[in-house]
Amino acid sequence: MSDYKLHLLVCGGTGCKASQSELIYENLKKEIGNEGLSDFAQVVRTGCFGFCEKGPIVKIIPDNTFYTQVKPEDAKEIVAEHIVKGRKVERLLYTDPVAKKTAGSTREIGFYKKQVRIALRNCGIIDPENIGEYISRDGYEALGKVLTELSPADTIKIIKDSGLRGRGGAGFPTGLKWELAAKSPGNEKYVVCNADEGDPGAFMDRSILEGDPHTVIEAMAICGYCIGADKGLVYIRAEYPLAIERLKTAIKQAREYGLLGNNILGSKFSFDIELRYGAGAFVCGEETALIHSMEGGRGEPTLKPPFPAVSGYLGKPTNVNNVETFANIPVILTKGAEWFSSIGTEKSKGTKVFALAGKINNVGLIEVPMGITLREVIFEIGGGIKNGKKFKAVQTGGPSGGCLTEKHLNIPIEYETLVAAGSMMGSGGMIVMDEDDCMVDFAKFFLEFSVEESCGKCTPCRIGNKRLHELLDRICKGNGAPEDIDRLINLSYVIKDTALCGLGQASPNPVLSTLEHFRHEYDAHIIDKKCPAGVCKALMTYEIVPENCVGCTACARACPVGAITGERKQIHKIDPKLCIKCGACLERCKFNAVIVN
Amino acid sequence: MTKLKSLNDLRKIRDELKSKTSIREKGEHPENLVQVKVAMATCCIASGSREVMNFIVDELEKRNIDAVVTQTGCMGYCYAEPTIEVTIPGKEPVVFGYVNMKKADEIIERYIKNGELVDGIIPVNYETIDNK
Repeated sequence: MSDYKLHLLVCGGTGCKASQSELIYENLKKEIGNEGLSDFAQVVRTGCFGFCEKGPIVKIIPDNTFYTQVKPEDAKEIVAEHIVKGRKVERLLYTDPVAKKTAGSTREIGFYKKQVRIALRNCGIIDPENIGEYISRDGYEALGKVLTELSPADTIKIIKDSGLRGRGGAGFPTGLKWELAAKSPGNEKYVVCNADEGDPGAFMDRSILEGDPHTVIEAMAICGYCIGADKGLVYIRAEYPLAIERLKTAIKQAREYGLLGNNILGSKFSFDIELRYGAGAFVCGEETALIHSMEGGRGEPTLKPPFPAVSGYLGKPTNVNNVETFANIPVILTKGAEWFSSIGTEKSKGTKVFALAGKINNVGLIEVPMGITLREVIFEIGGGIKNGKKFKAVQTGGPSGGCLTEKHLNIPIEYETLVAAGSMMGSGGMIVMDEDDCMVDFAKFFLEFSVEESCGKCTPCRIGNKRLHELLDRICKGNGAPEDIDRLINLSYVIKDTALCGLGQASPNPVLSTLEHFRHEYDAHIIDKKCPAGVCKALMTYEIVPENCVGCTACARACPVGAITGERKQIHKIDPKLCIKCGACLERCKFNAVIVN
Repeated sequence: MTKLKSLNDLRKIRDELKSKTSIREKGEHPENLVQVKVAMATCCIASGSREVMNFIVDELEKRNIDAVVTQTGCMGYCYAEPTIEVTIPGKEPVVFGYVNMKKADEIIERYIKNGELVDGIIPVNYETIDNK
């Protein structure tokens, strides 16, 4: 059979699936069948394209047409116009929000222009449930090459030379980690893939597993060969059902092809992979806690050393890497360490995947070379701030990171520069805030997360974070005292210095960085009892401007607690003691008579 | 599926499968490749443009020419269907008319491979809004 001349790629990531991409896929297939073009055009369900803001996405190959926000009923028009007659469906093309121009192909879309896709190289291109498509794009070539031509030590050297560092947060050199596990004595060792992605708003690992599961399987097998392990375990959240399903399919296919199992590709090396499900605890992203959870114990961290490379899963030498780290391995081995280290900066090589979220125009998943500036990421790829508002800050590194402000926009994104600026790389969550966000409330939000997720083992984290949260809550409610600032700072440093694991040590970061860059907002809450951004409800008062009030009674009828009094055609009044600050009156008033202070 | 027994086995099936997905990457950088646009409006299809397109894609593949073949709307030369537009990197696009399989074969062999001009070129007689 000859190849298909046209490919219709439909996003099958969780985001687009939630917007009926499955039905779009079915409809496109049906319409193509109706036109008698089933041998001519192929419909493929792929992984995430990254441009989640505009999903569901349908991309037509080879002319690279990018259709956004497609609905199931659009399938008929796409097939009748584009597939049969070669005419693009203009109304579904992406329109640049700034230039107001429609983009005929992906190359004209700002979101993709500065991206370099290594870990996401197959996401949105191949069908993740078809091992043949992965193989057709040099999949398992690296594993074959390593098993046939390279010794474990040679392979580790290539990874070391590439300069790849862990993508889960701390940035430990991957090659060195493998070497430690390889040198560790023992004939039973384990390779673990950390797919316990827990940062609020982050979905890098999920997208890789959903869009290209074979790359993780291949990399784990390579790691097994290097360190001398014949068993791999993927620790994945049970709340990622699609990623689990695709991973299971991929493992099954790899076994059928003899790419997992005994004597892989005729070599002496045997390797297989099993899944372990996590219940969604943030602390289990920490490798010792993760290992305890896999063993069936409580997900609590323990002191290092001993490092997992010496005593990990079941007390055996174990190498733990994050999903994105693994996704880089096969390409490094096929294209070479030199190629990889030519991308990025001196100390941070390659690329990093980020999940853009918050008040940004192009919410989605991006992969950029290290060294790119925050400004490029937020204003060029991200398309700037929603609704033309003013940029205020960006949080990198999730609840363990810090916020970066306007003055940091031009710093290059690297492990070291981000730490120097008071934040961290983290696993890749990037939450953008605009002028309407209150930084005290924001710090409180992340603290709340850390309090919830603390495993409770060590006192600084269990009790310290709780107290920090209480202080912030008090400030947000207008009961803060000037001494509270010093209390916050002192307690933060105590927690940082004494907590057992990374979660506790990093949890005060959002407090410290907001205090450093937005001290004036804390002062406004404590001294003036005002929330400048208008977020903290307790500090707001609703009032009626007598000059504007016409006495239409709309606000009084909208008020759920009867706090507004006034006769028809008379000026109304809000009783501050009864007002619950729900804002219903503000929404209802047509005469701008209700104001918030 | 029989298990793959060696790196060569793997490479063999990769080479067999390569053409199934290579098209998806080509579209990203068409400026470096030969681009062929086949007019695919009602009149073109009626004159056999779909068969011609299939022929061109298969032949380019067989003759190892890296190219992107896309379909496009009516080019306006309905009297000369099927029409195709060929762009060789660094050169101006050239439109050919009355392209049947035989003509397509000649265009691939002589124009695309060797850069020789062949009969049947329709001179550009309009301006697009891009070059105004």
